[in-house]
Amino acid sequence: MLNALAQLGRVGIGMLERLGRGHLLLLGILRGLPDLLPRPGLLIKQIYSVGVLSILIISVSGLFVGMVLGLQGYYILSQFGAEQTLGVMVAASLVRELGPVVAALLFAGRAGSALTAEIGLMKATEQLSGLEMMAVDPIRRVLTPRFLAGFISMPLLAALFSALGVLGGYFVGVGLLGVDDGAFWAQMQAKIDLHEDVFNGAIKSVVFGLVCTWIALFQGFDAVPTSEGVSRATTRTVVHSSLAVLGLDFILTALMFGD
Amino acid sequence: MVESVDSQVPLVSIRGLRFSRGSRVIFDGVDIDIPRGKITAIMGPSGTGKTTLLKLIGGQLRPSAGTILVDGQDIHRLGNRDLYRLRMRMGMLFQSGALLTDIDVFENVAYPLREHTNLSPSMIRKLVLLKLEAVGLRGARELMPSELSGGMARRVALARAMVLDPMMIMYDEPFTGQDPISMGVLVELIRALNDASRLSSIIVSHDVQETAAIADLIYVISNGKVIESGGPEAMINSELAWTRQFMQGLADGPVPFHYPAAELADDLLGGAC
Repeated sequence: MLNALAQLGRVGIGMLERLGRGHLLLLGILRGLPDLLPRPGLLIKQIYSVGVLSILIISVSGLFVGMVLGLQGYYILSQFGAEQTLGVMVAASLVRELGPVVAALLFAGRAGSALTAEIGLMKATEQLSGLEMMAVDPIRRVLTPRFLAGFISMPLLAALFSALGVLGGYFVGVGLLGVDDGAFWAQMQAKIDLHEDVFNGAIKSVVFGLVCTWIALFQGFDAVPTSEGVSRATTRTVVHSSLAVLGLDFILTALMFGD
Repeated sequence: MVESVDSQVPLVSIRGLRFSRGSRVIFDGVDIDIPRGKITAIMGPSGTGKTTLLKLIGGQLRPSAGTILVDGQDIHRLGNRDLYRLRMRMGMLFQSGALLTDIDVFENVAYPLREHTNLSPSMIRKLVLLKLEAVGLRGARELMPSELSGGMARRVALARAMVLDPMMIMYDEPFTGQDPISMGVLVELIRALNDASRLSSIIVSHDVQETAAIADLIYVISNGKVIESGGPEAMINSELAWTRQFMQGLADGPVPFHYPAAELADDLLGGAC
């Protein structure tokens, strides 16, 4: 019994230690932001790696999610004779929820896991130690540009996901199922609110971008420097990021749309 | 930049060093002096903490007790700014080379110059080419690290470690896993660079012949303590059985051939797995 309690205590202390290290790392990363100003090349390179290379998976996924929304929405709305509001349903679902959330889950899977593996391998191959011994702070030089790149890329990727999703819904609803073209866009324009829907969705994607990139960088930096350690860290990145996105989505939704 | 202190004072002075990982004691009261302008070797079997010692000297790890003075400065009492300023005068050659894998050989060697100086691109080019020439790899400047052999990667790392003209270079197992030609090249390079650039070098290694061939002073460490120190000849012909066993590569001696176990007869007749 006492042993079990001691074990529980050790696990708790371990988790708190990791949480503390994670926050200290975030502080170090944020302190490095001013260093990026004279070196925009570092940021641009990472935006390409983290953001641009994620465009394909985000675009294709957005298109398909929008097409499925168009299909499912049409069958439900047509039962009430409300198929003309399909545009509103597709756009609201995407901009408020699916855009930020699914884009963040895809971002964690593609860019987050890549970031963790890259940083973890840099640690395992002593590249981070090498930088330290060259009097270069690896947090400022390696982690900060990647963090800012994730922070900037995520909202843009979520916007792209939503935009292509709307096009997918339009293609299925208007192109295949015969919903009126003008009604699709006019209803959407009338009912989607810039502040209530678009702005709140953007806030979500900013928060998800910050959290996913932070988790990915911390897991890589804190990885045990072996092949098994990097593999576990990469898995943890995807699991922790996904859970964090879904949990935070509930909290943010309750704060934004709850009465 | 802090001026070097008296040349008679050791470049690195370690006193009463204690360091543990969990419950395992790595160093227990180690005293070492690294003289200026010489090649000092720290030798001992695998797992004795030789690489850890270099990380302690470089300020990447903190000891649980004791002091490490580098050029008169207690490295573990320095603030970040002073620590980084001191590290600019210390080069380190990692066992793996630790080259940045996303940039080519030229950019790897130029990296410290771009980070710490405001030199013009043409001056950086000249300096990098000179350092690459010194390690015989000027022609490999456009190769990526993944295209280099292990020996070439270490030579590029050596050029990078020297590019800021440091006062000392620390070598972590420079000869491990090298073919005879690469080994010979590295042995020659380390000696030649130390003498030509008036460096001080610290080599941690368990490759006895290569290290003894170029070292001026050898410290033999085991079980967290310095067993013996002296010139290469004295170490090879040491009267201490442990040192002799290590330096001459004898299979049995104070370090037993067998891992501690129960008597063989008991084990065989015991029956239990």
